[in-house]
Amino acid sequence: MRKYLLKRIFYLFLTLFIVATATFFLMKLMPGTPLQNEAKLTASEKASILAQYGLDKPVWLQYFIYIGGIFKGSLGLSFQFSDQAVSYLIGSRMGPSMQLGGQAMVVGVIFGIILGAVGAIRKDTWADRLATVLSILGIAVPSFVLAILLQYYLGLKLGWFPVAGWEGFAYTILPTLALAASPLAETARFIRTDMVDVLSSDYIELAKAKGLSKFGIVYHHALRNSLIPMVTLIGPLAAALMTGSMVVENIFSVPGIGEQFVKSILVNDYPTIMGVTIFYSALLCLLLLLTDIVYGIIDPRIRLSGNGD
Amino acid sequence: MENPENIIEVRNLQIDFHTYAGEVKAIRDVSFDLRKGETLAIVGESGSGKSVTTRSLMGLLAPNAVIKSGSIMFHDEDIIKKSEKDMQHIRGKDIAMIFQDPMTSLDPTMRIGLQIAEPLMKHKGLKKKEAVAQALEMLKLVGITDPENRINDYPYQFSGGMRQRIVIAIALVCYPEVLIADEPTTALDVTIQAQILDLMKDLQNRIDTSIIFITHDLGVVAGMADRVAVMYAGKIVEYGTVDEIFFNPQHPYTWGLLNSMPTLDTEGGSLSAIPGTPPDLLDPPVGDAFAARSDYAMKIDTEKEPPFFKVSDTHYAATWLLHPDAPKVTPPAEIVRRQKKFATMQKPEAPIKHETKE
Repeated sequence: MRKYLLKRIFYLFLTLFIVATATFFLMKLMPGTPLQNEAKLTASEKASILAQYGLDKPVWLQYFIYIGGIFKGSLGLSFQFSDQAVSYLIGSRMGPSMQLGGQAMVVGVIFGIILGAVGAIRKDTWADRLATVLSILGIAVPSFVLAILLQYYLGLKLGWFPVAGWEGFAYTILPTLALAASPLAETARFIRTDMVDVLSSDYIELAKAKGLSKFGIVYHHALRNSLIPMVTLIGPLAAALMTGSMVVENIFSVPGIGEQFVKSILVNDYPTIMGVTIFYSALLCLLLLLTDIVYGIIDPRIRLSGNGD
Repeated sequence: MENPENIIEVRNLQIDFHTYAGEVKAIRDVSFDLRKGETLAIVGESGSGKSVTTRSLMGLLAPNAVIKSGSIMFHDEDIIKKSEKDMQHIRGKDIAMIFQDPMTSLDPTMRIGLQIAEPLMKHKGLKKKEAVAQALEMLKLVGITDPENRINDYPYQFSGGMRQRIVIAIALVCYPEVLIADEPTTALDVTIQAQILDLMKDLQNRIDTSIIFITHDLGVVAGMADRVAVMYAGKIVEYGTVDEIFFNPQHPYTWGLLNSMPTLDTEGGSLSAIPGTPPDLLDPPVGDAFAARSDYAMKIDTEKEPPFFKVSDTHYAATWLLHPDAPKVTPPAEIVRRQKKFATMQKPEAPIKHETKE
């Protein structure tokens, strides 16, 4: 198990290194420079500013300087926010993003499981079809469309929730709902397919023969067995939440990393783009690793396989 | 109940399955009794309806199955008329079931102790701790070595034979009056089969349960059953005591079954098989369903359904060959040999006394 973990952690760093390299060069291919009011600057002013940030050097040298910085534990300084450290920027904006992501994940997965289970138990009835339609909508409608619709109807028209901002729990509800739609739909589809399979298996037949109630069978036997493959979905769901949150945070003016990220792309804030990308990648890789560990915990067959059973 | 010795009385059971192709008449007018403490084997090939029949006793038919008519009396109550909720109180408590494949019939993510304890928690209202303690006793009873430690193991940590012992422990933990064993040894290799059968017989004596044993393996039946019912195409075609079915069979289908069973004194190198395939139950044939595959079919077999003819007080067969006007036929050589043996068996000991019915 330890050997396995060490190997996985090595791969994690390798992945991050490749992501950093690819992002760096892709970013350099973007049009524009980080300079504001570029047209008004003289050539010598431009050159001195670029030199100050090391942007006058050849790209490959900039790359090595940057990677060297990462190995020293520094993500560099932001261009746009008067030379704040990127790591500080990410740290200070992580809270709202994590809260939104976490809330959306919990809401999405819980309601997704319920929706999927209802679909499977009431297979081929109106309840199943309704669940299917809802989950197709959840996957097909992008989070930003849903965000705007929620903002307009629940926020503006009905006035139930604040339209935008970040001043308390009420402000988190609409962005959470907008973000939760996709994981909810994914979970529901996944659980339904899986549970239909599980419900037709022999051990469910045996559970029926024991005289367990329908609820008891689903709760004690079907759910756990359907949830095991579901764990593999956590990684992709987290990815969807992260990418979704970038746009949704912007729409609801949530002071999170996603909002920061979009802004930094618009102004060519190279260190921030790099920093946030690496941060997101690291988070995703960690979640995938966590997924595999959790998988082992809930499925006893995997847990002990390392002990040569 | 027509007979106080009976624990289950099935009368004129008829079950159809709705399919896209039409109504499959899976069970066509089946009647049988199960007596207290006996083992009744239901024998027949795949699709003959033996599993469907027993599933109806548990109220566990597939959603597309319809019970067209008939009754299943258990404790003077008709199981068919019971609600799903009522059936949940019978299943696992009064009537329990063992399934064919022990590799897939245990929940892979639950410790076996809890799986055995579940029926106790449901039916006897025991707390988890007490139920698991009784599960441990049950594990000892079914012969799992080192039960104190193994009770916390998961199914994948057991071999097929051990898993079937666990399935048996689950089925018997509430001391049911009826145990339905649906081909419990088919998925096991032969040495393990014998162990499981011995275990079942031993436990039957200890906890005094009646067993309905479904199988297509006549070899298993011989050592296990008191009485045998032979099913073909959704009907029982012959039933009697185990000796009567093995040594004095009357229905050509039973002849075919016995003839295709290898015995130690099978002469020559080849086994005979029953030619053809079972009839399509979407549109069951008129008359004796086996006629198309039978070397002994007569004209009436394709026209009129044979009633049960009495062979002895305990032995009945539905074949026109037993009609007084039917021509005398000579069964296959192997059957003749068996019948000769039956004649000698009859002399020294009297046939087992059973109440007559019908």
